[in-house]
Amino acid sequence: MQVTRFPARAAGLADRMAGFIAHLRMNGMRVGPAETGDALAALAATEATDAAQARQALCVLLAGDAEDWRRFDELFDAYWFNAGKQRQGTAQSSHVRVQSAKPMIWQGLNQDTDNSQTGSDQAATIPDPGDGEGEGTDGRLMATQTANLSRRDLRELMDEQSLKQAEQAALALARAMRDRRSRRRKQALRGPALDMRRIQRASLARGGEPLDLYRRSRPPRPMRIVALCDVSGSMTVYARVFLAFLKGLIGSGAEADAYLFHTRLMRVTDALRDHDTLRAAGRLSLMAEGFGGGTDISGSLDRFLNGYGARALNGRTIVLILSDGYCSSDPEALGAVLARIQRKARRVVWLNPLKGWQNYEPIAAAMQAALPHLDAHLPANTLDALAALEPEFRKL
Amino acid sequence: MEVQNGLAEQGYVADDRLAMALHLARALGRPLLLEGPAGVGKTEVAKAMAAWSETQLIRLQCYEGLDASHAIYEWNYQRQLLAIRASEADGGVGEAQLFSDEYLLKRPLLEAISQDTSPVLLIDEIDRADEEFEAYLLEILSEYQITIPELGTIKARSRPVVILTANGTRDLSDALRRRCLYSFLDYPSRETELAILRARMPEVEGLLARQIVGVVQALRSEDLEKTPGIAEMLDWAAALSGLGVNDLAQSREAVQATLVCLLKTAADYDAAPPEVMDRLIGKVA
Repeated sequence: MQVTRFPARAAGLADRMAGFIAHLRMNGMRVGPAETGDALAALAATEATDAAQARQALCVLLAGDAEDWRRFDELFDAYWFNAGKQRQGTAQSSHVRVQSAKPMIWQGLNQDTDNSQTGSDQAATIPDPGDGEGEGTDGRLMATQTANLSRRDLRELMDEQSLKQAEQAALALARAMRDRRSRRRKQALRGPALDMRRIQRASLARGGEPLDLYRRSRPPRPMRIVALCDVSGSMTVYARVFLAFLKGLIGSGAEADAYLFHTRLMRVTDALRDHDTLRAAGRLSLMAEGFGGGTDISGSLDRFLNGYGARALNGRTIVLILSDGYCSSDPEALGAVLARIQRKARRVVWLNPLKGWQNYEPIAAAMQAALPHLDAHLPANTLDALAALEPEFRKL
Repeated sequence: MEVQNGLAEQGYVADDRLAMALHLARALGRPLLLEGPAGVGKTEVAKAMAAWSETQLIRLQCYEGLDASHAIYEWNYQRQLLAIRASEADGGVGEAQLFSDEYLLKRPLLEAISQDTSPVLLIDEIDRADEEFEAYLLEILSEYQITIPELGTIKARSRPVVILTANGTRDLSDALRRRCLYSFLDYPSRETELAILRARMPEVEGLLARQIVGVVQALRSEDLEKTPGIAEMLDWAAALSGLGVNDLAQSREAVQATLVCLLKTAADYDAAPPEVMDRLIGKVA
């Protein structure tokens, strides 16, 4: 969180309120000049000298959704009581931190905002499970200026060629899923069918003469895609293919949502949506930092379902899980969480790189438990395999 | 605060933030968007508000496919035709007459802005309606006026107190969120829930009330598909007191038999077998 100090020249309440609104905006809330006026009006309508009342009034007025609602107190204290967390100057950590905040635009590198509690930097050696409130929310990345060259960099892995191929494959897939129409016909300006009911209804106003012709068509009902990609140790070799694939999927214009998981889960849709391919790859490689350990598939899926499930899943959603199914967690838990996802989503598809191997049998306990809850279990070890999925997806 | 006390008279326990939100909604004339899990009293707020301010509660239940003719107004074509037929003998009716208030069917939104005393307008589960309808609401919610081509623009005679509720079925547009005050209702704390139970059912005795609230609070932290809300808790309390239960620990059978009030899916039933309930009751007893 950024700390804003009162500027010395701030004259009156209006000035400070404008500063507060700017402070909120800087922290990712969508407020603007109009809200400054509203906020002053709201204070006038309450006992504004009482800090608690002022806090409540501003929270009610300025928060836009549940996340703003939860963060507001902290932001309020930071501004009005200078109680924000200090940034640590130029900390030399070359680590990634996942934070419980909205994915803001990539902070300029020189603007290394810092949210960690204290000045000590040991908490930052790995993405710390301690500040894991971020699980259910969007991940925000922090990185510092110093580049660590020994770090595995996906920029090298995602060369132009494979990126293009992956995008092609993803586009084809997205197209296969996007071109869906509703079975019901709805009122439309242009359409193949006449809407007889509406015409008759309108003809009443014309004394029984059907003068106004109304039409109906079948509105598009595009499928949404939610992709959950496993980036644990055993999947490292496929990370390149899959990340490129996710990028293509997000960029295809279809409604898509992407998540990465290993022992934790994070939403990467916004990182992938970055138009600058290299920068997107950079952001991803930062996220991949600290990956490559164990896998907790059922835990990650569970967090996905509890955190994003209501928003991300509906009857028109296809859930893609890209994983090899080797996980440390309880197979039964995996079956149970998949069953819950299957109830909420239209289809659940598991893309398994191992399935491309000859003689592969899904004997891993996790896959055994998962199979009954999948609508399809398809191979995906190379870009070609991904491209070959298109006819399969048409059927879904 | 005034609102808080007023609602308390109606048996609704509002926390400070909600009371502030309602106060501002009245003072600034802005709609209030309430979000939160099912069964935490979002709809109930509107009812209590209407009862407290002794005005009408006008409710618009949203659903997929809701359109302007169901939500705002429609001409009563049958009556218009009848009027034409009936008056053909004596020279016909004028056009101006046909398109007058008399032949207008007012739907909830128009009804709400044409009241003399400001009513409470409840737009329930706005996230179930289509996005197009949400866009239509924007004009009404910010200007409090409705344009009918044949009649002209109808301005609100009195500003209704508008309460919108949403369950998170779909994400609402930023435009709508910006126009609304916002309040997130979560499951209440133990003390608040106890206060709610006392306010709603004074006949439930202290020990039983504490046990009921304790068990429900514990159930919420269990891994259930449908977490029981306040409404379920009140149902359960009513069922138990109807059966003459005084102490949950003494009447395990009644507890099992009345779980229908709390658990709404088969999987949740399996998740709360008698042993689990015994454990929960043992904890709070």
